[in-house]
Amino acid sequence: MSPAGTLDRREFLKKSAAGGTALVIGFYLPSKYEALAAGPPSEPASLNAWVRIAPNDTVTLMIDKSEMGQGVVTSLAMLLAEELELDWKKIKTEFAPAAPAYFNPLFGVQGTGGSTSVRASWGPLTKAGAAAREMLIAAAAQQWYVDPSACRAENGAVVHTATNKRLNYGALVEEAAKLAVPANPALKGPKNYKYIGKPVKRLDTPAKSNGKAGFGIDVRLPNMQYAVVARCPVFGGKVKSFDATKAKAVRGVKQVLQISSGVAVVADNTWSAMEGRRALQIEWDEGPNASVSSESIRKLYLENAEKTGAIARKDGDVETALAGAAKKVEAGYEVPFLAHATMEPMNCAADVRTDDCDIYAPTQFQTFNQNTGAKLTGLKPEQVRVHTTFLGGGFGRRAEQDFVAEAVEISKASGAPVQVTWSREDDMQHDFYRPAAYTKLTGGLDSDGWPVAWKSRIVSPSIMSRFFPGSVKNGIDESSVEGQANSKYAIPNFLVEYVLTETGVPVGFWRSVGNSQNGYITECFTEELAKAAGKDSFEFRRKLLANAPRHRGVLELAAEKAGWGKPLPAGQTRGIAVVESFGSFVAEVAEVSVNRKSGEVRVHRVVCAVDCGRHVNPDIIAAQMEGGIVYGLTAALKGQITIAKGRVEQSNFNDYEMLRINEMPKVEVHIVPSNEAPGGCGEPGTPPIAPAVCNAIFAATGKPIRRLPIRAEDLA
Amino acid sequence: MAISFTLNGKSQSVDVSPDMPLLWVLRDTLNMTGTKFGCGMALCGACTVHINGEATRSCITPVSSVAGKKVTTIEGLSADGSHPVQQAWMEEDVPQCGYCQSGQIMSAVALLSKKPNPTDADIDDAMSGNICRCGTYQRIRKAIHRAASMQGGKAHSAA
Repeated sequence: MSPAGTLDRREFLKKSAAGGTALVIGFYLPSKYEALAAGPPSEPASLNAWVRIAPNDTVTLMIDKSEMGQGVVTSLAMLLAEELELDWKKIKTEFAPAAPAYFNPLFGVQGTGGSTSVRASWGPLTKAGAAAREMLIAAAAQQWYVDPSACRAENGAVVHTATNKRLNYGALVEEAAKLAVPANPALKGPKNYKYIGKPVKRLDTPAKSNGKAGFGIDVRLPNMQYAVVARCPVFGGKVKSFDATKAKAVRGVKQVLQISSGVAVVADNTWSAMEGRRALQIEWDEGPNASVSSESIRKLYLENAEKTGAIARKDGDVETALAGAAKKVEAGYEVPFLAHATMEPMNCAADVRTDDCDIYAPTQFQTFNQNTGAKLTGLKPEQVRVHTTFLGGGFGRRAEQDFVAEAVEISKASGAPVQVTWSREDDMQHDFYRPAAYTKLTGGLDSDGWPVAWKSRIVSPSIMSRFFPGSVKNGIDESSVEGQANSKYAIPNFLVEYVLTETGVPVGFWRSVGNSQNGYITECFTEELAKAAGKDSFEFRRKLLANAPRHRGVLELAAEKAGWGKPLPAGQTRGIAVVESFGSFVAEVAEVSVNRKSGEVRVHRVVCAVDCGRHVNPDIIAAQMEGGIVYGLTAALKGQITIAKGRVEQSNFNDYEMLRINEMPKVEVHIVPSNEAPGGCGEPGTPPIAPAVCNAIFAATGKPIRRLPIRAEDLA
Repeated sequence: MAISFTLNGKSQSVDVSPDMPLLWVLRDTLNMTGTKFGCGMALCGACTVHINGEATRSCITPVSSVAGKKVTTIEGLSADGSHPVQQAWMEEDVPQCGYCQSGQIMSAVALLSKKPNPTDADIDDAMSGNICRCGTYQRIRKAIHRAASMQGGKAHSAA
């Protein structure tokens, strides 16, 4: 796997023609979201090229989504290989360059996020594979003077069925490339699938087991310098003045430069740059956020929770229903800011020259990188080549441009290729955090204990008003209310309001975004209603989901596999939760023990049922559910970013702790067979785990857990 | 002044500040990037290497302290990914993003060299210093048990 340079369609075809070696197949992907892109694409209608075949039969598949662990190198290759009838052992992959041809049809820019990779790629990639297959068959048929229908493709070759004559793809590619691309190639269909739906081994595992996988931080360019940046610890602060005398005296330090985000120290190795930064003397202008704290933010949230918000959903008449309810339940739920803490800290290498620029980045959004590079250098976007590396975790953090902008600015100013690396402390204290949120809820039950009204008011900052400003309409950021406003529980009177509340703390996409907090809140408050009604958690949900078959399907499967209702070892309780997100449906049952004296919560086992529609690789889906559960469980048990004097109080894994192997529950994943459209898999495993665990604690202690992370005092 | 040590079986000499951590010598001076930077404080284990066979966090190990010693990194574990632990990692498809896995594998190899048939409690003890943000812990545990059975319960020394 290696990053490829930028090739537009013309260059691609030229290169292919020059070598006479490549078959390039593509389709134009229309986009309804093009207007949302930060910059205009240079070629709005372009081919999208994924397949190259060399005369020696090596097939190179272009992977146009970023591999951050979710398995896209393998799953996208499977989609192509299936219809193209490839020999799996001869496949090579490359990360695609930044080009309009690779725009994600769901975003209108080239980017990976929102659990869209398989959803966006299934159609185009199977079609591209099938079209290439038909062209190779046609080329062979021409050579044999037979009808294409008398031939078939298998394992990287075309076979004439009657005579068993056989030509490998490499021998056919030159002729095939001259043929017209079929507009509507025939797809082989699920019955004949060899790869799709099977637990095919990941293509990237060998390189990730021998140290050879190239992450952004591993980029090494000739004459490359290493940089770190001192940033104002207060959000929004600026450099007032600095003295670099002592920093420049550190062995290995070459330059000290002021850039937009702070003061950069450039050295001949990362450690010298860090030592140089330690010796810097900087006076900061701390700006308007210098007095922001977690307490001041909480106070603001509680005040805003008393104001009327923008309406995200309104069914029936909540006030009348509540007035007539036999029983009312009221609660306030709170969640903290959370850091992404990817294992690979933020980093980027850039090489800015007079008439072009190379960016080497572990990035989720290549188009934005191009635009960032163009804006900072004055070059055109197409003069900025983006080389995507493996990502040491993404989780939404690498959708941002800050680390890319720093590398470009420093390379431009220093005149050399530069790699900027963030320390763990930089990474934790200069993140775009999962928004802290407060939600005020009131529920009403009828005399039989069934809910007649759900009223919630969400108070939180908005991610989209910064990232895609055009998408925030009538005061509603969909990403702030997802997971509550789309609840499928059959409650006739339903009101969800949103009070957009900015805090000065930057917020961004964090695995499962709004569902990460709203899934927790919705499923824990639903549990409160079930308990108030004196009903079983599973049966209560099941009845309320009578008209939501896919929710009910995973709920029933998880309950069955977990043995819902059957006895557990002494001291253990179960909790259940079901959340739909990113086109997939996930239910989880957690088995938990609570030590009310020590405040320790132990999660022993998690049973997960997922319905993600048609799927590509069940083993990768299982891994994504396991990983999503660990991500959400870490946050539920430990995750909390707090603010004092406008700055983050946590700094490293000692005070922002991660779940470790000794705390890992047994996780079982069950996939619902389905022919529905594919759903996402990278994120949907995360939302249900916090409420499943909290509901198990509720069962043990009789008290709901209304704030995260779970605290010892809330267990007593 | 040059500092000399044995790196993956070959003698190596570097002329750097004696207090420079081994991690950065490997990554930036020698361009051996398989060993990863994660926290700089020995909290996450991404930088784990073997020094005279002991799993060690290279991010807090001054290079001067390895003078005359044997250092093994992920690159030195096997020439072709054939070490039983690497094989087990592939069989279980352990990695997701993969960033922590060099450190996980180095810790696992060190564990198996001392305890060829580790219990789950042994695995917890030896591996809880290695963070995996992707949550591959369940597969790491299975892969270590698998590697133990592949080795027939006998210690397998690294190159």
